[in-house]
Amino acid sequence: MSEKFDVIVVGAGPSGNAAAYTAAKAGLSVLQIERGEYPGSKNVQGAILYANALEQIIPDFRDDAPLERHIIEQRMWVLDEESFVGTHFRSDDYNKPPYNRYTIIRAQFDKWFSSKVKEAGALVICETTVECLLMDGDQVVGVRCDRQGGEVFADVVILADGVNSTLARKAGFHGEIQAGNVALAVKEILFMPQETIEARFNIKEEEGVVIEMFGKITDGMMGTGFLYTNKDSITLGVGCMLSDFKENPNRTSPYTLLEKMKAHPSVAPLIAGGEMKEYCAHLIPEGGFYAVPKVHGNGWMIVGDSGGFVNAVHREGSNLAMTTGRLAAEAAIAAKAAGKGFKAKQLASYKQALDESFVMKDLHKYRDMPQVFHQNNQFFTTYPELLNQAARSMITVDGIDKKTKEKEIFSNFRKSRSLTGLAGDALKLWRAFR
Amino acid sequence: MHIVVCIKQVPDSAQIRVHPVTNTIMRQGVPAIVNPYDLFALEEALRLKDKFGGKVTMLCMGPPQAEDALKKCISFGADDAVLVTDRSFAGADTLATSYALAAAVRQIGKEQKVDIVFTGKQTIDGDTAQVGPGIAKRLGLQLLTYVSRIADLDLENDTITVERRAEGGVQVLKTAVPCLITMLEGTNEMRFAPLENMIHAARYPVRKWNKEAAGIEDVTKIGLKGSPTVVSKVFGPTPRAEKALMQSVEDASPRDVSLNVIQKIFTQHPTLERDILAKAAV
Repeated sequence: MSEKFDVIVVGAGPSGNAAAYTAAKAGLSVLQIERGEYPGSKNVQGAILYANALEQIIPDFRDDAPLERHIIEQRMWVLDEESFVGTHFRSDDYNKPPYNRYTIIRAQFDKWFSSKVKEAGALVICETTVECLLMDGDQVVGVRCDRQGGEVFADVVILADGVNSTLARKAGFHGEIQAGNVALAVKEILFMPQETIEARFNIKEEEGVVIEMFGKITDGMMGTGFLYTNKDSITLGVGCMLSDFKENPNRTSPYTLLEKMKAHPSVAPLIAGGEMKEYCAHLIPEGGFYAVPKVHGNGWMIVGDSGGFVNAVHREGSNLAMTTGRLAAEAAIAAKAAGKGFKAKQLASYKQALDESFVMKDLHKYRDMPQVFHQNNQFFTTYPELLNQAARSMITVDGIDKKTKEKEIFSNFRKSRSLTGLAGDALKLWRAFR
Repeated sequence: MHIVVCIKQVPDSAQIRVHPVTNTIMRQGVPAIVNPYDLFALEEALRLKDKFGGKVTMLCMGPPQAEDALKKCISFGADDAVLVTDRSFAGADTLATSYALAAAVRQIGKEQKVDIVFTGKQTIDGDTAQVGPGIAKRLGLQLLTYVSRIADLDLENDTITVERRAEGGVQVLKTAVPCLITMLEGTNEMRFAPLENMIHAARYPVRKWNKEAAGIEDVTKIGLKGSPTVVSKVFGPTPRAEKALMQSVEDASPRDVSLNVIQKIFTQHPTLERDILAKAAV
């Protein structure tokens, strides 16, 4: 017996859940297939939840979603070996509901999201791997799973199978994943009593802090570190481009990077006494605009990480995932209502909606960013060091007059990056951010 | 033939963390699974069904979320599933649990006569191995515990022959059906469900029985009220300070290795060498 559904969603991460929920809610018959033991069992993210994208799918998610803390303070640190220069932005504005950002623990959050998907009427099966797409000519008509009698059919297959994008690659919709287009991130969740966290970070119950770090902690590679406060744990991690790990002259491994970060004198006291609960690693598609493949075709659409929808500059991913999932489902719903089939033409509204949304606009805006940072590692080595030297010099009172200090700082900058280099870097940054 | 398999949904003990301060189990975020021992019971029941035909009904007592555990069993090939769920069951020990499950088995038996009840050897969270025998006693069933193999089932004469692991050997037991079997771990391997079953299970409406539907007659015998067991103290074992030492034996003669070990022992117990020498002198 081979059943046919309106939509098959492959994967139960944020994009897959958003797609399955939206489609099922609209009355379509939906089968969602997840490889893990349960939704969330294999899913890894920082993890910050941006409320807006989820609000558009489940407006009252705050009622029962497992949220850790809402973020009231964002710290940006530029680190050298023993110090950091940073900005902190903290506002009581972020304490007014509805909150904008939350820390979450994905294993719990995804399980909750999946329960909503089931409530909406989708069938969710786990521990089942989709091996390939079923084709009828050039039309995707279903999937084949690794179970006996594993063929199942649908008008539309939504590919939400994650960063490796296995299905799309097998079907030829997506090229091989390039090491220069993905970051490899590792993170730990450290258990810490709630009161300790609140005292250390100067926050009240349910309030949270985010620290984004960059500089010498990534050993000259393009990447960033992060630290998030959960309810009774701290998440911290670091990630760099996979190609940088490959080419790193010190052969620094991701976990040594994380260990060094944990030992940094600015980080160590914040996590002291934490007991490790979880250790995970994940690839993040950071190729940006130019790495986004074809997003739809005859009977298929691609969403979330599988489509490379990550804004690496702003550390956004799950919100793009949920938005792409929702938009793909909406395209499927519209195609079903129109009743004119499910060829690329009928699903083109997905591409159009994507282009009109913040997803493609943001990716387009930062289209050159990966390139600029990747080819100019002074942003991760020289500048952080210079900045920290400058701050130390100006703040240390040692009988040297300030004018001399300024001169010295400027000459340091010039020594490390000639005047043209400095101007060039500024221009590159301005162009990339513009 | 009608087989009832009792299962429990338990926290995955491989992923459990103990709170470093309060010593309590941190259940938050720990996935719930079907008690692994129960899966051996289910697989054995499914094999009997494959051979003799009939029906396998799943039974579970637990919170509404335990539905997932039952659905999983449906995906493996069970025919029906009943979840006995009621707030008044909360806090049950093995005495109260076996009372409630026995009542539910009786109710299931009213729909279709039950020939065999299966349970796992024990649960991974309670580890008592009392519930299976408790059900058998309450229902007056022949009890076969720690069964490693079902050697023969004679449906004409209503007899069953099983191999049971006992201290120092294997017992071969023959008894009358109906009976209750608690199945030993490692005795079979759970099948891999076909896709059709997975979809069927995802759709399957698990029957939910409250205490009335489960045929509970005496409410003082269920839940916390019916549970004389008291947890008097929870504590973590004291970590031992002694650590095992590694001794490399590569490229070393046995003589050097033993001298080295003895030297280390003497270093750790300074008086030992003197004592031995003193004894040797006497």
